[in-house]
Amino acid sequence: MRSLLSLSITGALAAPAFAQEITVSVEIPRLTVAEYHRPYVALWLEKPDQSFVGNIAIWYDLKLKDNEGTKWLKDIRQWWRKSGRELTMPVDGLSSATRAPGEHRITVAPDKVPLKDLAAGEYHLVIEAAREVGGREILRVPFRWPATAAQHPQVKGEHELGRVALDIKP
Amino acid sequence: MIFKRTWLVVALCLGLPFSAQAHRSWMLPSATVLSGDDVWVTVDAAVSNDLFYFEHFPLRLANIGTPPQQPGGRGGSPATLTISAPDGSRVEPQNGNIGRYRSTFDVPLKQKGTYKLAVVNDGVLASFKEGGKVRRWRGTAEEFGKQVPPNAEDLRASFMQSRMEVFVTAGKPTTETLKTVGTGLELSPITHPNDLVAGSEARFRMVLDGKPAANLKVTVIPGGNRYRDKLGEMTFTTDAEGAFAVTWPEPGMYWMEAVVRDENSPVKEVKQRRAGYTATLEVLPQ
Repeated sequence: MRSLLSLSITGALAAPAFAQEITVSVEIPRLTVAEYHRPYVALWLEKPDQSFVGNIAIWYDLKLKDNEGTKWLKDIRQWWRKSGRELTMPVDGLSSATRAPGEHRITVAPDKVPLKDLAAGEYHLVIEAAREVGGREILRVPFRWPATAAQHPQVKGEHELGRVALDIKP
Repeated sequence: MIFKRTWLVVALCLGLPFSAQAHRSWMLPSATVLSGDDVWVTVDAAVSNDLFYFEHFPLRLANIGTPPQQPGGRGGSPATLTISAPDGSRVEPQNGNIGRYRSTFDVPLKQKGTYKLAVVNDGVLASFKEGGKVRRWRGTAEEFGKQVPPNAEDLRASFMQSRMEVFVTAGKPTTETLKTVGTGLELSPITHPNDLVAGSEARFRMVLDGKPAANLKVTVIPGGNRYRDKLGEMTFTTDAEGAFAVTWPEPGMYWMEAVVRDENSPVKEVKQRRAGYTATLEVLPQ
């Protein structure tokens, strides 16, 4: 018990110095469909009770004229309800273009929200994908913050998302 | 049959939902939760049996399109559609049209927030005997006092009040347009009406003349009943505060209705009142 306690204290104290970061690997599946559009994707953090903690990334069609790509943001339904409707897009450091099928890696920096000053505890990284003339899928990847040991949680989607994996080093 | 038909036509002319005859009046928006800058909704409005199918009559609205000849009808003055923007200002419906089975119009959503579309109507329905024959009369409360002799034989009169609403939100939901007016039967949402999610509970309050409508029966029917055998209606009874809670079984469009019959007619020559409220609510998937 004592060693666990001291470990977690060390972990918490060490966090700023050793800069724990989270690498998220997201697989966008290659789909054989008549009409394919890259999905809109939102990544955010939640507590296990599904309350919203903070955004990590929004991939949408931000190059369309007159900000027209924002018209479909509501199709990322849960994200729209929890956070999207509060924002004015695009948001610096958050929004970027949609991604092609394949594996994409993003790094969540420890000195920026939502990781900055994040209270220790259990969290879910949530990823929601919505594809024009296609489907929608939402996945939750549980992890513990800060990490006291290496964590590699992963989940696999069924139709709009492939493997989503976290790499967290203590 | 002729009796029923006449009354139905009268009810239709007033835009009143006459639940006794199973016809339902409704507006159906193309969307209720929207994002983006230049967004519109288009709305169908009709009177039908099944929800939400255009199969019987268009909902006649004074500021929408050119009303066609009503088959067997007597014309009359339809209600006006009022669209309130998030800041409380009025928005004019665009591209209005009345067809054989439905009315349609568009609403540009220039502001961010919650819009309310309302069709509010009131008037007096009366019947009395004249020269041994039953005569039916409808009109405004003012006309009633002038046109209907107070000592008419077998005079039966009722003040009819109705409100039909739809809520639509662009961006973040706001509450300015959710305020109640204080006349007739109204919905006073506790859960925002554009924040309804399948499997979650939503709470509402019914108010009559601005006061909690306690012990009132509220019916909620999911749309799409053409393709199922059971109506699937859910009934709720409001508590002492007029409140009730709905847990939505499925995503989709729902029709909500409540009716009060009392003797609180605001017209002094008329004793009875019927106050009705209907709304079309959209429930989204989790």
